[in-house]
Amino acid sequence: MKCGFSLGNWPSMLILRRSLQRILTTFITLFGAAVIVFFVIRVVPGNPIAMMLPPGATDADIDRLKTLYGLDKSIVEQFVIWLGGVVQGDFGTSISLRQPVLDLVLGRLPATLELSIMALIIAMLFGGALALAGTRFRHGKIEAAIDVTNGVALSIPDFLWGLVLVLLFGVLFPIFHISGRISPSLDFDFVTSFYLFESVLRLRFDIWADIVSHMFMPALALAIPLAAIIAQLLKQSLKETMHLDYVTLARTKGYGENHVITREALPNAILPTLTLVGVQFTFLVGGTVIIERLFSYEGLGNMAIDAVINRDLPLIQGIVILFALIFTAVNLIVDVTYAFLNPRLRHG
Amino acid sequence: MNTLLKVRNLSARLRNGPALLRSVSFDVAAGEVRGLVGESGAGKSMIGKAILGTLPRAIQISGGEVWLDGEDLLQLTNAQLRQRIGEKGALIPQDPLTALNPSRRIGPQITDRLVHILKWRRSDAEARARELLGEVHIPDPERVVRSYPHELSGGMRQRILIATAFAAEPKLIIADEPTTALDVVVQKQILKLIKEMQTRHGTALVFVTHDLGVVSKICQTLSILYAGKVIEDTDVRDFFKGPSHAYAAALLAATPKFTDPESSLMPVPQSVIEAVREEVAAFDRGEA
Amino acid sequence: MVEGRIVARRGLGLRLWLSGGWLCFIAIAAIFAPWLSPQDPLAQDLFTSRLPPFWVDGAEAGFPLGSDSLGRDVLSRVIYGARTALIVAVTAGTLTCLIGATLGLLAGYFRGWIDLIVSRLIEIWMAFPPVLFAILLIAVLGTGLWSIVIAIVVIDWTRFARVVRAETMNQSVMDYVSSAQVAGRTRMGTLLTEILPNVLATIVTLLTLEMGIAVIVEAILSFVNLSISTDAPTWGGMIAEGRTSIHQAWWVLVVPLVALFLTVLSFSQLGEGLKDRFDPVLR
Repeated sequence: MKCGFSLGNWPSMLILRRSLQRILTTFITLFGAAVIVFFVIRVVPGNPIAMMLPPGATDADIDRLKTLYGLDKSIVEQFVIWLGGVVQGDFGTSISLRQPVLDLVLGRLPATLELSIMALIIAMLFGGALALAGTRFRHGKIEAAIDVTNGVALSIPDFLWGLVLVLLFGVLFPIFHISGRISPSLDFDFVTSFYLFESVLRLRFDIWADIVSHMFMPALALAIPLAAIIAQLLKQSLKETMHLDYVTLARTKGYGENHVITREALPNAILPTLTLVGVQFTFLVGGTVIIERLFSYEGLGNMAIDAVINRDLPLIQGIVILFALIFTAVNLIVDVTYAFLNPRLRHG
Repeated sequence: MNTLLKVRNLSARLRNGPALLRSVSFDVAAGEVRGLVGESGAGKSMIGKAILGTLPRAIQISGGEVWLDGEDLLQLTNAQLRQRIGEKGALIPQDPLTALNPSRRIGPQITDRLVHILKWRRSDAEARARELLGEVHIPDPERVVRSYPHELSGGMRQRILIATAFAAEPKLIIADEPTTALDVVVQKQILKLIKEMQTRHGTALVFVTHDLGVVSKICQTLSILYAGKVIEDTDVRDFFKGPSHAYAAALLAATPKFTDPESSLMPVPQSVIEAVREEVAAFDRGEA
Repeated sequence: MVEGRIVARRGLGLRLWLSGGWLCFIAIAAIFAPWLSPQDPLAQDLFTSRLPPFWVDGAEAGFPLGSDSLGRDVLSRVIYGARTALIVAVTAGTLTCLIGATLGLLAGYFRGWIDLIVSRLIEIWMAFPPVLFAILLIAVLGTGLWSIVIAIVVIDWTRFARVVRAETMNQSVMDYVSSAQVAGRTRMGTLLTEILPNVLATIVTLLTLEMGIAVIVEAILSFVNLSISTDAPTWGGMIAEGRTSIHQAWWVLVVPLVALFLTVLSFSQLGEGLKDRFDPVLR
């Protein structure tokens, strides 16, 4: 496939200006999020220090630890110190887990990323297939059935789907695992935390199958609402595109229904759905918090819940900032992809 | 005489609704240009769609035959019809701004039929595309072939659509008001181009329009339609000398004349409209 | 296409009836809980623990949908759980709607610095995973009904604000608005009497959706053990308990799950049905 895209064609000033605007708003958003989290959780009742020490601790012990974690200074001072550290890549130390926040967070990030992306792929495949089927067999029982199924899938959030899946495939038909990332019995030394990826690269497909078996249920739970949205939006977009003149013209050239849907309508129908899907994907990533908990999946979300329960302030901050970064990164990727795929934007 | 297209008693209606085409009949010989004329909603576009098989779902054909090259198109299966039209027919659409796929380059859109139906090689097809662009007087065919539709003007896009229609040497082309969406200056050029191409390739043309001026320049025969019924069917020369039907005469009189603009803006008289409506109603009663 | 409209009309009534029906059903259950429950929802009795529902062998009369590990009647607990669910749904839903829609209307119509602030806030809010934010807020506010309601309002006001703002902006540029302003109406007056009625359909749909979401958030918080209290039965709490004994007593999870499922589904379909019903185009 020829690609007529060369940098020389880009109206470079426009792209540059928009990128700078984007980066600026991103920083403001991240900064705002950091401020909110910082001040909100400083109001949290409950003393994390006290939770860490054995019952017989003296006040002096508590004070010493307080100073160690910088909790004796004013809130604004703490924020400035924290911010200074962040700029240098130091996110502080976790109070409950006694390790650098950055290490902890980066250690769990791959698990959540793998889960989210698996969910995204499932959603795109299912949603796309339903949209195409609904368009191919439109105005009939099949489309009506798809619409009803979609309506239900859309109305029920990932949490409930997770529970349904736990019941169906954990209890009724125990095909998949409903807890953890990997079977404890499997003894394997992972170099990275990207279990799924690494097991494929190292050609250990037995391990890979085990991991997929653990990931499939949580990923599916996350995917179902997104698949429904994709199916609905894409089908709508496809059906509208099918009325356009160039599609009719293609029919007179002798092309059949399947060709017309996939080669004439689909490439044009996909673009408008792309941005909305991007936003929905960030919601999906947000959903990993409770889904990971439900399936005891050792990812970022699960760690986040524990962090809140333990009032682990530095860890909470680190995780929230990371989530915020992920969301902005997703938005950025969507924008770039859209600009790349749209011939009108590509050539200015 | 070589009759390519025979439309006999073609009738169509909205599903469970009113009639839209009332027993339309006409012939088109090979290489002939026939005009289908009428006001908006008279059904002229619908005839073209019925022939090409692109009627919308809501409209169904309730009777009649469409003989193309000795075959009744209405008796064919969907797949067969598609194949026939792909081989022998083509469409010049009305709006050049929406009739080209925005995500595909121009070249492939021109050569679709050549590659897909006639099974030409890609390189041969591309060469033919450049030739065709030359025939429609588009400068720099090399660049245009690789361009996307949004990079070109409306006039250029209409030329490309014309080139696309003639690409596979069809026997019959339906031109559905191809100049209506263009501005006046470009209209003249496009009309001239269509006539030129039609003469060169010897293709039969069914030219749908509401403009009698256009008809006088390009058509050899014409059918005038009112509410889906053919009111007059004659040679163009005879028509402009003096139409036989009152409605047709009124239409002719209503066409603004450049030479005498003031007096020539005459609407169709109410009596004539009522008369022709009564004709249609009588037809419907006859049917029922 | 003509047919499309007709089909939509026919399926319409069914959706509204079913969803409205279920919601009325649980509303009645919630109001008349003490009379409808076979047992005291808090009464523990180890002799009646883990009894199966009535269609399974080993069931006992008085526990039609079985009992949990502590011997408490599942049906009674589910009925009382409906109370919490509906109270949260109505209060949190309405409050979120009021605050979010108001901000959306103001931002969309008056633009200027109000819009600047509201839009920035929405963007910042979108950077937070909602569940995490909710858990965080509960940790700050403590458990209890009002904490839940406040938490839901804080995390979800953007849902209303975003959509209502966009709708308002669309409506603001329409001719009827400029006519009103030319005729001498105040800006606030125009907003209330001209724009608001046209945005109302969207707001109502979102309101029913929000009620469903409120129920879910409460359930999730109960699941993570951060909701009202450990005594009063909540669907989320029952689900959390049921999750742990899923292999021995599946009904403890299934019953509240079905209730939750149907309730959330009904709220959402109610919104869709109402929207279709009041869409002037379809009428």
